[in-house]
Amino acid sequence: MSPLRRAGRTLALVARRPGGAFGLLVIGMVVVLALVDDLLVPGGPNQVSVPDRLQAPTWPHPFGTDELGRDVLDRVVLGAATSLQVGFVAVGIALVAGVLVGLLAGYYRGPLDAVLMRSMDVLFAFPAILMAIAVLALLGPGTRNAMIAIGIVYIPIFARVTRAAVLSVSEEVYVRASRSVGAPDARILFAHVLPNAAPSIIVQTSVSLAFAILSEAALSFLGLGTQPPNSSWGLMLSQGRGFLEQAWWMAFFPGIAIFLTVLAFNLLGDALRDVLDPRRRSLMTAGASAEQPKVGSDE
Amino acid sequence: MTTYVASRLAQAGVVLAGVAVLVFSLMQLVPGDPVRIALGTRYTDEAGAALRERAGLDQPVLVQFFTWAGSALTGDLGVSFRSGEPVTGLIVERLPATISLAVVSILVALLIAVPLGTVSALRPRSVVDGVATVFSQAGISIPDFWMGIMLIVFVAPLLALPTGGYTPLTEDPAAWARSVVLPAITVGVTSGSILTRFVRSALLEAADSEHVRTARSKGLGHGTVLGWHVMRNALLPFVTVVGVQLAYLLSGVVVVEIVFSYPGLGELALQAVQSRDFPLLQGAILLFALVFLVINLVVDLSYAALDPRVGTR
Repeated sequence: MSPLRRAGRTLALVARRPGGAFGLLVIGMVVVLALVDDLLVPGGPNQVSVPDRLQAPTWPHPFGTDELGRDVLDRVVLGAATSLQVGFVAVGIALVAGVLVGLLAGYYRGPLDAVLMRSMDVLFAFPAILMAIAVLALLGPGTRNAMIAIGIVYIPIFARVTRAAVLSVSEEVYVRASRSVGAPDARILFAHVLPNAAPSIIVQTSVSLAFAILSEAALSFLGLGTQPPNSSWGLMLSQGRGFLEQAWWMAFFPGIAIFLTVLAFNLLGDALRDVLDPRRRSLMTAGASAEQPKVGSDE
Repeated sequence: MTTYVASRLAQAGVVLAGVAVLVFSLMQLVPGDPVRIALGTRYTDEAGAALRERAGLDQPVLVQFFTWAGSALTGDLGVSFRSGEPVTGLIVERLPATISLAVVSILVALLIAVPLGTVSALRPRSVVDGVATVFSQAGISIPDFWMGIMLIVFVAPLLALPTGGYTPLTEDPAAWARSVVLPAITVGVTSGSILTRFVRSALLEAADSEHVRTARSKGLGHGTVLGWHVMRNALLPFVTVVGVQLAYLLSGVVVVEIVFSYPGLGELALQAVQSRDFPLLQGAILLFALVFLVINLVVDLSYAALDPRVGTR
């Protein structure tokens, strides 16, 4: 089966599950909003209208207006692009670096494995947000640097997931057969090991996208991510925090946007795990199937 | 078992050394001169030289590292660029607030997770199970700092709770509880939603094991099977997860402290970044990493002690 057909089949299976369908629908909507935001909000995120400042939600402004009279809905729509961009780039960085480390550690084992994985343990020892804050303290605040910081933070998890998958795939007959006929390591790694380790990596990508979007929002909220006058959900929350008593909607709606997007990626990740990687379901979703017995039941 | 403990301790030692190198490198990796950045407009050649000498930055890098690491081992984390006070003292001042928040948060998480996870495992695919699943998915996805803001807006005025600050437990226990409750709920809901899933899956896995089937086939009562055979066996993975959650909870604590203007270590770390006070940032980060490592080590060792199979595999 071609990779494209296989992807299509996987998506169809994911879409049959309620969580997967919800995830795909919401992510689809956010992607569309991010792609056509210029058409939906032709004036950009900073159309100031002082007479309209701090208006509660009304029909012309369904999400209300902020302290400069800017439409909160417009800014939420424009924030979608920032969140997705940071999420995809950061996870892209973590994916490439982490998968490479995991492949090398899991395939070659021995001292290389020990050095690489202990290095990953070192990175893993820092609370994620604190690590990102430290990286941003070095690089300076901004959207681009937030992507790099979040990317670095998530490298170890990709390395661990990939290594675990590679360790089990490396023992398969087809890998040993390739080795015995003298196939070069690079070919074995990228043609045989990586494609078969892919399901775990794909599931991790979806879950990491959720956490990357949350991290970007947290960093922007702390004033270290996206900077004004650009629009970002976390930044909007931070700005809304100063007007909580007069205008709760300034912080409420960007939060709902973050929540729904993160929930969608998490549910998609769960559905992908069910479809692609049933063995890894054990801890997180064990017992979700109808065959599970009731605890303490007598039947 | 002894080999396992020794190898686990050695592993932790290696990681700790790596953590120390990384935290130390923070100062070396700052683009430009960290002293000039820290002093900003107050920078003069004399002030810069004095600060460099006081912080030991006029020494070669290797000497700086070993001096810093040696001092850190004795609890001396240098002096703050901004206030000139010892970093250790500044951190110790903030510790009770952060420890209070972490402990109460994990209690909130357990109060949510144990009943909800148990009931949902007892009745899989029931309404309660559905509620537990929705709660845990929502709890993982909700931005904790946003939830904190919403609690400040909608809950604090209703219950007349403070929206910021911290009162020490020794000063006024009632005021302490009131100052901790909202931040702890904010952090605890996220951890609680993750733990709910684990309680449920640990109980279901234990219920599906052979010894439980044997106990049932012997005709033991529902309560005995649940309490003696299922819960006891589900406890082991659960204790591990609670330990690990406590370590991860620290990440949530950092942001939530800032939302509630809560004077803990997270707020201190952010202040250090904003004022470019690198020794203070190094100290705060080192402490968080150390706590994380120690918790993980304790969890692994207690797991090995509770389950003899671990050490012998």
